[in-house]
Amino acid sequence: MKEITVISGKGGTGKTTITASFATLAKNTVTADCDVDAPDLHMLLHPKPFEVQDFIGPKLAMVDSKLCISCDLCQRACKFGAINNNKIDPIHCEGCGVCEIVCPEKAISLVDRVSGKAFLSKNKYGFMSHALLNPGDANSGKLVTLVRNNARKLAEKEKCNLILIDGSPGIGCPVIASVAGVNQALIVTEPTMSGIHDMKRVLKLLSHFNIPALVCINKYDLNQINTKKIEKHCSKNKIAVIGKILFDPIITKSMVAGKPIVAYSPNTEVSMAIKQMWKQLLSKLDFNS
Amino acid sequence: MIIAVASGKGGTGKTTVAVNLALSIDNALLLDCDVEEPNDHLLIQPRINEKKPVYVTVPNIKEEKCTFCGDCAKFCKFNALFVAKGTIMVFPQLCTSCEGCKIVCKNDAIIYKTREIGEKISGISDDVELVFGQLNIGEPMAIPVIKAVKNAIFSEKKNNIIVDSPPGTTCPVIETVHGTDFVLLVTEPTPFGLHDLTIAVDAIKKLHVPFGVIINQADIGDLRVKDFCKKNSIPVLMEIPYNRKIAELYSIGKPFVKEMSEWKQKFKDLFKKIEGLVTI
Repeated sequence: MKEITVISGKGGTGKTTITASFATLAKNTVTADCDVDAPDLHMLLHPKPFEVQDFIGPKLAMVDSKLCISCDLCQRACKFGAINNNKIDPIHCEGCGVCEIVCPEKAISLVDRVSGKAFLSKNKYGFMSHALLNPGDANSGKLVTLVRNNARKLAEKEKCNLILIDGSPGIGCPVIASVAGVNQALIVTEPTMSGIHDMKRVLKLLSHFNIPALVCINKYDLNQINTKKIEKHCSKNKIAVIGKILFDPIITKSMVAGKPIVAYSPNTEVSMAIKQMWKQLLSKLDFNS
Repeated sequence: MIIAVASGKGGTGKTTVAVNLALSIDNALLLDCDVEEPNDHLLIQPRINEKKPVYVTVPNIKEEKCTFCGDCAKFCKFNALFVAKGTIMVFPQLCTSCEGCKIVCKNDAIIYKTREIGEKISGISDDVELVFGQLNIGEPMAIPVIKAVKNAIFSEKKNNIIVDSPPGTTCPVIETVHGTDFVLLVTEPTPFGLHDLTIAVDAIKKLHVPFGVIINQADIGDLRVKDFCKKNSIPVLMEIPYNRKIAELYSIGKPFVKEMSEWKQKFKDLFKKIEGLVTI
């Protein structure tokens, strides 16, 4: 079983658009949406959950006001500014437990809190693992790990040989959790100064974790000079650019219609470029198309 | 007044709005809290005047005093400590610096050392002071670097502060937006834009900070974002149409108010509108 993650560094470059199209072309594949704070893949793949799990995130401190003597020791010990006037602010509470152990009256306890939901689903193209973190809640990295573990269990059960992961923007904890141990990462970038800057940082991240990288340049015709800069940088660092996709308003139309572009308009230039890229990706993974 | 610019979905135009707004008002302090992938400095091109490392504390075990009792590892909620027979290991990147392990250690075997996880960089250009953070590659936790950048609110003593946020709806965004006076949520009129906006709205509401929406690339997609805002009484404070020139200027790192002066006035008007909403 192999795993590939689609990431970007910069947001809005087209990760989900491209992953959704890959999901329609893939066989024996479980798709995983690891952008757990703002998941969008389901809007194109329309999964129907057959199992829903509560995600227990960080614990939450609770003060028993009947036992509290307002000594403020907890407030002084809390490194996260989560206690004020003997009240716990759930937004800032990290569930570390320091307040519980410093309270002389044993008035504080830690409780589990449900911070989101994880889903195991089926869509018309195959199986899908996804999740939604409660707005504003923490620990997206832990939820990403749960989504990936669920995807692996599904893949083993259904005898799938590939897990296709839609990642999130950035380079922090949720992105690290979505690329750890995968066979291949595909970076979707765009020919803008920000796109190039962010692509370079995410390439360094992948190199840091020894994950092989491939690049796709989305909306490449928006700035051909920047596209050449990306190609030059990749060539210098021996990274293959396996796809160049035109900027085409038909992509927005397909999103509004709730369909991956290769399903919405299979013969358009963008769709042909994505199909070509998928073939190249499979061959890099040593799969036959 | 401190205005945060956030979104939910990535790539909707937060940095575009934050930078162009800062360049259109007087005497602005611009904070780039997207410390994983900071971009404001690419558009502002400041003369850098200071670089400061950002440190976190991690436990340092005095092995001569450690009895390998395992109390610290049992206490740690983040699996940052591992104790087995005669061995103790610290996983610094999992540590949240709560400093609880020292409290539970009965043998006084834990002290703290500092570890660098990123840097805070300051500079100035065109009357805009920029402070941005950069998380070291491979570090998972952005929040301490975001906190370091936000400290500039107190040290720089400026009145007009714009805070560029990371994308998403979870802790880095919450940390960025917390304590600001107003949040501008930048979205695009597409199904992804709408979906992520609804999540962002739910997250921001928990912070009790007033907010409004800016619709970028306002003429692509459909009208569902506008309908959502109307239904939920969320003010749409600006619409930026899809404009090839704006896109091209962005691609070469040029803020469009510098070349399209009519937009400078629009951003000034936006700032006045927000001032009016904050004083209500």
